[in-house]
Amino acid sequence: MNNVRKQKRANKNLPFFVKDEFKVSFIIIFISSILLISTFSFDIVPPILNRGIQPATFPKALLVLIISLNLIIYYLSIKKPWKVQKKLPKTFFLTLLSFLIFVIISKILDFFLAISLLSFFVSYYWGERRIFYLALVSIIFPIIVFIFFETILGLRFPPGIITNIYYQF
Amino acid sequence: MMAPLFSSKLLLVLFFGTLFGLILGVLPGLGPTTGGALILPFTMTLDPLSAVVLLTSIYCAGTYGGAITAILINTPGTPAAAATCLDGYPLAQKGEAGRALGMATVSSVVGGIFSVIVLVFFAPFLAKLAYEFGQPEYFALAIFGLTMLASIGDGSPIKNLIAGAFGILISTVGKDFMTSIDRFTYGINELSVGIGFIPVVVGLFAISEMLTQSTLLNQVFKRVALKAVKLPTLEDYKLTWKTILRSSGIGSFIGVLPAEGGTVASLIGYSEAKRWSKKPEEFGKGSIEGIAGAEAANNSATGGAMVPTLALGIPGSATTAVILTGLIIHGVRPGPDLFREQPEFLYGIFGSMLIANIMFFVLGFFGAKIFARITLVPNKLLWPMIFAVSVCGTYSLSQSLLDVWIMLLFGVIGFFMRRFGFSVVPVIIGLILGELVEGTLRQSLVIFDGNWLMFLQRPIALTFFILSFIALIFPLITRKKNNYE
Repeated sequence: MNNVRKQKRANKNLPFFVKDEFKVSFIIIFISSILLISTFSFDIVPPILNRGIQPATFPKALLVLIISLNLIIYYLSIKKPWKVQKKLPKTFFLTLLSFLIFVIISKILDFFLAISLLSFFVSYYWGERRIFYLALVSIIFPIIVFIFFETILGLRFPPGIITNIYYQF
Repeated sequence: MMAPLFSSKLLLVLFFGTLFGLILGVLPGLGPTTGGALILPFTMTLDPLSAVVLLTSIYCAGTYGGAITAILINTPGTPAAAATCLDGYPLAQKGEAGRALGMATVSSVVGGIFSVIVLVFFAPFLAKLAYEFGQPEYFALAIFGLTMLASIGDGSPIKNLIAGAFGILISTVGKDFMTSIDRFTYGINELSVGIGFIPVVVGLFAISEMLTQSTLLNQVFKRVALKAVKLPTLEDYKLTWKTILRSSGIGSFIGVLPAEGGTVASLIGYSEAKRWSKKPEEFGKGSIEGIAGAEAANNSATGGAMVPTLALGIPGSATTAVILTGLIIHGVRPGPDLFREQPEFLYGIFGSMLIANIMFFVLGFFGAKIFARITLVPNKLLWPMIFAVSVCGTYSLSQSLLDVWIMLLFGVIGFFMRRFGFSVVPVIIGLILGELVEGTLRQSLVIFDGNWLMFLQRPIALTFFILSFIALIFPLITRKKNNYE
């Protein structure tokens, strides 16, 4: 309880633009505003075909609601600041980075390779150093999952350098 | 009622569902919601009844499984088992882990079976009432379901509403179902069919949890040794039977309320057990009544939560939202018509929940020691494996890499939502109810010739609007100010 109070007090002394409540509200309102603007470019249905309301009206109403509720949250947070969150550890950013690498590799090289590499790196960053377990996570298990999906569920995986070799057999 | 289940295939599905549910429930961070989301793509190979039997058995067993870790390592395997930690772990520390687990198992089974009885009698009654509903009433009902999101968990009601609105917004992506006009597709053809449930569900639950686990790598669990699960003694039964029955009633009632689930039920069940106890001072120090109160309540919420899910198509909890997704992707639309047209299907669901409760009693009683060992699987091995299954499962649905990327995107969104106090459950419920809300609103406006005030002239719709207003205002009045941040 005391820690929470200390954290809140510490948060009160920060400039408003570095506080979490401002950053979160700003990001949500910014994205919502962009989406709201984009709704104005939706096609308009001629009155004879229109049933009830225009297709853009409902999303517009939702986005206005989201923005309004966010403003309320921000207003309330001025009175009662949020507690300061702990800094995210390195492992979080490495995991996030591995997601990005996964997207690139799965698109350019190979889906299986992307899963295998991500599993290896995540397991490694998270502290696994034993070769057998790294191989289990990054090679043996993905192969089992692949074969399961391919044979039992009849799934066709996207072509790639390793997947093509598998399909040739 | 049980006839459709007496096939070896369905019994096998039930067994695996119960086993899988127990394993998921035991593993902190997984649980029946994430596990159900992970298993959804696999259910595509099953017929609708087998698929829903698998999901409901995971739901029942997973809810109980959370108690094993709550008692042995003081970490709830599922959020619904949080209240079980309060007395389960202290009792285990006193060397009575077997007694604590025995009471958790028995009260879970009683609560679970009680809730199935509620489901069997109350769901058809509610479905009958729903025959009176037209589009305006369904719209008002969906709004009521969404406003109930305000009181989910102990987070901010406003944040829950934002998350719910975000979920509905996701449902608007793609071609407008009434006019076929593209919305938020930005020229990406694959988005014109909308964003699928599964990438969002798997992303928000499994991938965001993986990111959360990446921040908790140094956590060390202190395990209490377990020799064997012990059935409660006659003395324990005398002490707890009223608590178990009371909590079963509370849990079933809370479960029936749209969007509320086992977590709320267990907390209320626990506090009511304490209020009615002759020894309230023992609560928090290893009270057997505390364990019974929390466990009977969270398991009885399972059947309760299935009532609005099956009768109205409004999810009663996060896991039933996943089950509802499973039904929808198999082409089954819950609601009154389901009760009229496919009663055998529903009997199958009722029966499967009943059998799942008996199965997890047997498996939990004899296998708790083994299940407890599953927590020894390190996260550094477990989560990369879950990632591989999540990715392949999500890809398998429409064989599109875009779905996998959407899943990852929602994983990141889910992580930051949770970090800043936004629950991810309202997003899923909003996504499921989005089409219903928009569709019924627009169809009602066609019927009313654009006159919004006509909603207030329909008694049932008006009742739901009044209930929605109460659902919005109630948490704002009752909660402390610091919860609104």
